[in-house]
Amino acid sequence: MERFLLKYFTLIRVIIAIAIGIVISVFLIYLISEEPGFSLRSFLLGPFLSRSRLAHVFETASPIIFCGLAIAVAFQAKQFNIGAEGSLYLGAALGTAFAVSTNMPAFIHIPLVLLMAGLAGATWSFIPAILKARWKASELVSSLMLNYVAYFLGLYLMNFHFRDKEAGYLVSYELPESAWLAQFIPDTRIHYGIILALVFALLVYYFLYHTTTGYEIRSTGFNERFARFGGISVFKVVVLCQVILGFLAAFGGMTEVMGIHRRFVWQFSPGYGWDGIIVAIIGRNHPLLIIPASFFLAYLRVGGRVLNLMSDVPAEMITVIQSIIILLITAEAFLSQWKYRVTLRQAERGGAA
Amino acid sequence: METILEAKDILKVYENGVVANRGVSVAIEKNTIHAIVGENGAGKTTLMKVIFGIEQAQEGEIFFKGEKANIRSPHDAIRMGIGMVHQHLMLAPDLTVAENMILGNEPRRARVFLDTERAVEITEHVAQQYGLQVPPDRKIKDLPIGVRQRVEILKALFRNAELLILDEPTSVLTPQETEVLFKTLKDLKEQGKTIIFISHKLKEVKQIADRVTIMRDSRVIDTREAGELTEHDIAHLMVGRDISFERLPAPVQLGKPVLRVRDLSYVNDEGILVLNKISFDIRAGEILGLAGVVGNGQTELIRILTGLLEPSEGEIALQGETLVGLSPRKIREKGLCHIPEDRIEEGVAEETTLEENFILDRYYKRGFSKGLRLSWKSISEHSEDLIKRFNILAQSSKTPVSSLSGGNIQKVVVARELSADPEVIIAAHPTRGIDVGSEEMVHRLLREARDRGKGIFLASADLDEILKLCTRVIVMYNGEIVAHFQDMSAVTGKDLGPYMLGVQREEAVSGKVSA
Repeated sequence: MERFLLKYFTLIRVIIAIAIGIVISVFLIYLISEEPGFSLRSFLLGPFLSRSRLAHVFETASPIIFCGLAIAVAFQAKQFNIGAEGSLYLGAALGTAFAVSTNMPAFIHIPLVLLMAGLAGATWSFIPAILKARWKASELVSSLMLNYVAYFLGLYLMNFHFRDKEAGYLVSYELPESAWLAQFIPDTRIHYGIILALVFALLVYYFLYHTTTGYEIRSTGFNERFARFGGISVFKVVVLCQVILGFLAAFGGMTEVMGIHRRFVWQFSPGYGWDGIIVAIIGRNHPLLIIPASFFLAYLRVGGRVLNLMSDVPAEMITVIQSIIILLITAEAFLSQWKYRVTLRQAERGGAA
Repeated sequence: METILEAKDILKVYENGVVANRGVSVAIEKNTIHAIVGENGAGKTTLMKVIFGIEQAQEGEIFFKGEKANIRSPHDAIRMGIGMVHQHLMLAPDLTVAENMILGNEPRRARVFLDTERAVEITEHVAQQYGLQVPPDRKIKDLPIGVRQRVEILKALFRNAELLILDEPTSVLTPQETEVLFKTLKDLKEQGKTIIFISHKLKEVKQIADRVTIMRDSRVIDTREAGELTEHDIAHLMVGRDISFERLPAPVQLGKPVLRVRDLSYVNDEGILVLNKISFDIRAGEILGLAGVVGNGQTELIRILTGLLEPSEGEIALQGETLVGLSPRKIREKGLCHIPEDRIEEGVAEETTLEENFILDRYYKRGFSKGLRLSWKSISEHSEDLIKRFNILAQSSKTPVSSLSGGNIQKVVVARELSADPEVIIAAHPTRGIDVGSEEMVHRLLREARDRGKGIFLASADLDEILKLCTRVIVMYNGEIVAHFQDMSAVTGKDLGPYMLGVQREEAVSGKVSA
């Protein structure tokens, strides 16, 4: 039994963290809400109670998966680039600009627009990458700062050059139909982006664990001095993993534009890049674990929206509840004392010695 | 005899499940020098950390001067009169000797300002009281390691330590400095202090200890009067079997130079000349030793040879082809391998599996990958083969390196480097901190490589290792080669010492080619 506990410690810890998070949420909701039973039901079961809400979970998960994968590639090399948000925003803006100014058959237009958006995102994240590789500038700081630059650049581009003045609100021109990703389940907005996200999760998994370049990235992350010592070009890894990050994030952002809004509608940065960091941490930077982590986060987000719409719990409190759950999952030291005691008992019996 | 300290049935398990002490009991008699010997990983240092309050034992009791002692922190230990001198000295390098002495209970003027004069007075007073010479005004970083150690000892004495624990104090000293230390310890014993002396060097133990406790596999094997035991007895108890002390006979015939180093200089980022016109050859079929006190440029020299650092000037050629300016990978491909000084920081990636550690220098080569795709099957086979050939104690090639012992981790490094089939092997401290069994194995592998005609460069802080293995030896001091011993048959550690300390140098060694 104890050996089993040690082996699946991480999984058990996540489950316990979620359980505690929910207990605290229940407590908070009881404290705040006039009708706690109903509020609680909205939050926890709400996402499953209608077809459109359930679909909403899938729609929300797909850009989060892309951003989680993006972050994971960089984090596996221990490059703490948090610029997914900026690359996503600017990449999607430039992809939109490209899509509305061109016209060609769908089977070329769709991949080309996605590629252009991805390349734009990659180019953007090349900036912190080269600053780090060449001059040792912290990628954490520079990518964070560049997120704001990307946001305002994208906003400028959309508001001053591609704004649809007839739309009545601040959005870009509508994409030509040849650049739309189809919504393939009737009465929902679930589009091919989710399929692409799952395919990319597999691709990134294969890339990291079954290719020489993936090995270089992971080795650099395990121990940079070890990698350098063995002849791996750390410079190349530092640049490459961040460029891939920008590509994936922007690609994911573009699928959302092409699949759901069909225009560039983000007056505020959508935050998927930040969610990507959360799911990368929950999924321990493993591309396949990022999929369930993203669905879980999407579920929390949709539950929060339902709660906000249906109950008297204020939006601020919803964010607090979500944060508590995420915090518990990501706390590395949580339950480590317990693990230590189990290890100790095993060792005393001569099990682990 | 009166017992000053007694530990009973100590059990200490670390968080990762390693049992470091299991039912350990030891009694230290007052006014003796008590040696605790054992291989690395036998549990000596852990026991001392428990006694000094750095680690907490899960079970067991400690009695100090007959009373049960509850030592929760080093602070408690110091208050009771226990002092410890760590293997890696715990002094502030930018402060003076006097400032280090009084750190923690500083004399003050007007309650706020440090009274430097008083600090110097205190230092001089304590130094005089115990007959230990230290320069109170000098900064720690400007002093040789032997003097720093003396400061650390004085610091413990100043805090009224009656029992002094020294953790492998001689591992950083030259033979001459060791003698000075031993005299100091004997004087302290005369003055009524009790000393626990941790070591794995048998000669020293015989020389200084009154009583000896031998530890093996986290347990105490025996405690005896030192006079009753010979070096061989102690070695036998430590390892559980006989080991050889013999020197390796010199090779019958030396081959051609395989690695040529000429006028190598290196100026570091701070503008300090770390290497000054180093020239030597490594010949096929020999082990060339590099002796010297740590920090005299050896680390930089090795990093330059292996391409991890750019020299400021000079030439390195492997079988006639220059290595200067090449990347570490290119240098490896030319036939040079490197057993690094710091195996945890550089030699392995601890978090990951053995196989991912084994392929570091070859993952992109034929047989391990096709195009971009890694061939995991052949990688695993290769790794299983290395585990078997190099006798690595690991469950499988998918075991994480972090779960191995120090000796086995080193075997992983050695297995990878030697299986690359190099012409030149650069080995930096290849047996530091590993168990005797693994040490013997590493020595045997180096010897076999030598006999197959490889050129080997061995840098080591362990003079016994240098004397045991090397065909020729060069000594480095302050970035220069100050001595070159061609014939090692009659050379002892004492012959090397004066050169290592810089008090003696061969005329015109530097500049001249040591070949």
